[in-house]
Amino acid sequence: MNPINSDPVVPELLKIHRVIREAEDTFTLDLLPPDKTQSEYSPGQFNMLYAFGVGDVPISISGRSSQSGGWLHTIREVGTVTRALHRLKKGQTIGVRGPFGKGWPVDLAKGKDVVILAGGIGLAPLRPVLEQIQSHRDHYGNVSLLYGARMPDGLLFSQDRETWRGRNGIQVKVTVDTGDRDWRGNVGVVTHLIDRVKFDSLQTIAMVCGPEVMMRYSVRELQRFGVPTNQIFISMERNMKCAVGFCGHCQFGPSFICKDGPVFDYPSIQPFLEVREL
Amino acid sequence: MKSLESILANHPFFEDLKKEFLELITGCASNVCFKAGEFIHRQHADADRFYVIRQGKVALELCPPGRNPITLQTVNEGEILGWAWLVPPYHWHCDAQAVELTRAIALDGKCLRKKCQEDHDFGFELLSRILPILGQRMEATQIQLLDIYGSQQKN
Repeated sequence: MNPINSDPVVPELLKIHRVIREAEDTFTLDLLPPDKTQSEYSPGQFNMLYAFGVGDVPISISGRSSQSGGWLHTIREVGTVTRALHRLKKGQTIGVRGPFGKGWPVDLAKGKDVVILAGGIGLAPLRPVLEQIQSHRDHYGNVSLLYGARMPDGLLFSQDRETWRGRNGIQVKVTVDTGDRDWRGNVGVVTHLIDRVKFDSLQTIAMVCGPEVMMRYSVRELQRFGVPTNQIFISMERNMKCAVGFCGHCQFGPSFICKDGPVFDYPSIQPFLEVREL
Repeated sequence: MKSLESILANHPFFEDLKKEFLELITGCASNVCFKAGEFIHRQHADADRFYVIRQGKVALELCPPGRNPITLQTVNEGEILGWAWLVPPYHWHCDAQAVELTRAIALDGKCLRKKCQEDHDFGFELLSRILPILGQRMEATQIQLLDIYGSQQKN
């Protein structure tokens, strides 16, 4: 996918169409598109969002806005740049570079079962996958979303999850690490949900996104259920700066997360995940 | 109506269990049902039962004094509930409350322990099925303690 600007290190200025509150510390920026023909992207790709005078940060595209036609970026407020982005209001401008990177194997998954494991904000980069599957539901077999979060009030995209579950027969299972008094759902780790959904392990593509610890345990559980390792894909997160493989900030073993990833098939990244220093 | 033995034989926990062992287990079994909100067992009470969940959801809770109860984990259809019947002093370590209407097979812990002592092959078979589940639950608790969703992004 071509970046919106011909020079990938020069940001395009995009206006904020609206700010959607998703959870206490999580929000979505709906950006007006630069030009409808230029706002294409592949599920799993990311943009560099620049808060002027503060810095930029890689954020996965979490979907296309039905209102503005532009990109949605769902962001968790955890540092200086994301806090600055959260302070922005409708009509203000940010700098955007992208889309960058290799996305999820949605074409490879055609004709197969799909198991999607998401943890916390990790659901955001996977939402476009679910939207794509939803639009072409008959191209895929059994589809499951297994989603875990810390607390019930941190669960994202509740309306979307209902739509995926209801209209398209996607198996959606949710769990939290800690329930509250009103929570009647599952409590426990997300990997515990794997045996509650139907899939043919040998004919399954698994896509996993979340904290690295969660991804490692998820891969191990998927393997335990017989999913071949080369059919498991994970999305890595590192300190991406230039986003085009020049600066080396996100080098991970022989790969650059920004241009060779962020989505990798598990065998290609596994040896380096086990190196403590990386 | 299905017999207890056929219900147990079809439960994932007892998958491929030898018929003679299944018969031993069935001899300690009874059908039980809990309404939503009903306590199945209470912390510190005698752990005299072991449950095979057929339908529903059960919350395992701890209730620290003066604080609201915390749900540690939920146990669902196809899973088992309770291991304290196996380990002295045979007291429950937490509360178990049905989150929704829950149907289960209750197995008499004392009866099972006696049969395990009399037939070590049977005891070994039962432990071989329970221990991996305990291991998984312990690991799950460790992951929960890591608070992995606490912070991913640094920017």
